[in-house]
Amino acid sequence: MEATKRHFFSDMGAMLGRSMRHITRSMDTIITVTIIPIAMMLLFVYVFGGAIQAGTDNYVNYLLPGIMLMAIASGTAYTAFRLFLDMQRGIFERFHSMPIERSTVLWGHVLTSLVSNTISVVVILLVALIMGFRSSAGVLSWLTVAGILALFTLALTWIAVIPGLTAKSVDGASAFSYPLLFLPFISSAFVPTESMPPIVRAFAENQPVTSIVEAIRALLSSQPVGNNLWIALVWCLGIHLVAYVFAMWIYRHKAA
Amino acid sequence: MQNKAIQVKGLQKSYKKLHVLKGVYFEVEKGSIFALLGSNGAGKTTIIKILTTLLKQDSGVTTVNGFDVTSKPDNVRQSISLTGQFAAVDEILTGRENLIMIAKLRHLTNPRQIADNLLKRFGLIDAADRRVSTYSGGMRRRLDLAMSLVGKPQLIFLDEPTTGLDPEARIEVWKIVKELADNGTTVFLTTQYLEEAEQLADRIAILHEGRIIANGTLAELKKLFPPVKVEYIEKQPTLEEIFLAIIGKEEEK
Repeated sequence: MEATKRHFFSDMGAMLGRSMRHITRSMDTIITVTIIPIAMMLLFVYVFGGAIQAGTDNYVNYLLPGIMLMAIASGTAYTAFRLFLDMQRGIFERFHSMPIERSTVLWGHVLTSLVSNTISVVVILLVALIMGFRSSAGVLSWLTVAGILALFTLALTWIAVIPGLTAKSVDGASAFSYPLLFLPFISSAFVPTESMPPIVRAFAENQPVTSIVEAIRALLSSQPVGNNLWIALVWCLGIHLVAYVFAMWIYRHKAA
Repeated sequence: MQNKAIQVKGLQKSYKKLHVLKGVYFEVEKGSIFALLGSNGAGKTTIIKILTTLLKQDSGVTTVNGFDVTSKPDNVRQSISLTGQFAAVDEILTGRENLIMIAKLRHLTNPRQIADNLLKRFGLIDAADRRVSTYSGGMRRRLDLAMSLVGKPQLIFLDEPTTGLDPEARIEVWKIVKELADNGTTVFLTTQYLEEAEQLADRIAILHEGRIIANGTLAELKKLFPPVKVEYIEKQPTLEEIFLAIIGKEEEK
């Protein structure tokens, strides 16, 4: 009677089942998440593309990694949004007054973000294929790309958890993603950094998006990846760790 | 054997500079209905949050079903259930899915069966597979209560269960609460309505400016007031009585 059993995985399953239903019943969120990156891809390939000197004959190949990161950045805003709504309504309090593993309340949202962002990335990949994206990468390279994207998603999702838990309004909850959407522009995602003025270039070359984009690009075109892969992984893991610790601290604080 | 469901001694809680609870004392007998009465902002919800392990107390000794809320929150959570002020239901899920989810989170063996039984009991079987966002306020409240009954907790907390409900839905909630108590569940409820406390509670405590200023059965509380004076006043029907009378006639047809 005294001992209370922990049920991390079954609680997790129930939470995941719940928020996955939220995703499948609001497919419009996936469309919203993918439509802007797809529009960007069309715009850059068919409008600006002719004037951009990216040193490649297939600009879709060049552009795709950055577009995928943008989609993920805007996709994670929905995690903040859903979390905020949960906080607003009584459902969080109900969960917290029940004998469940509390952290699964957050993990359910985070894993759901991983699944829904995977769907968006696949949709974008399909559109890119239609637009002429081609890759010579083998299975291992593809798996590495998937791994980087998954880590990137988790890192951004844990960042999203923070405003989700602390925001005062719905708009505030998802506003954090706007600067993240801009980062790809000041990176090598759309144009090579060599053309940028020194200060901008220094920023662009040392921010996470560039190394992640370069690593994915190299992997997809079967080029040597070099250090970029490790730099990208360190960025993703580092952001993930810091955001996770911070988010969990806020969560414990809020949930008393 | 413990026969107290709740024991609160010297409970204090402040929010920054606001001293909300200034030493609250009360006990709730197992199997009884206990109503905590108080105006808005008196600290009723704060007491509920502390008793349901959502909020930490500053000082005092609080035990729920024999477990200390500070040192044994998991044991407390095993034996209680909370229906908060705002219906804690998932709008995107259906009524059935909401109940199944809670049954799974309570690690019960037959979630579907439990959901079915509760849907029947609360008259939600027809709406079971509709999204909760399409439910009326009364239906939402019923589902909310049904979710609180999953796993048959020994002690149920209801924070202003009828606030914002129409008179019919309110009477329905009262019926449910009475049934619960008849089956041996302890009910702790807060309310702003004297009438609600009168209708339901075995014991009533009045929370005012951070302290319990009166605590007793209805009869005991009545003794605290000046003796009854007989006056003749024309009894006007209240709007609520008129509403219920009309609704009643409609249903008879």
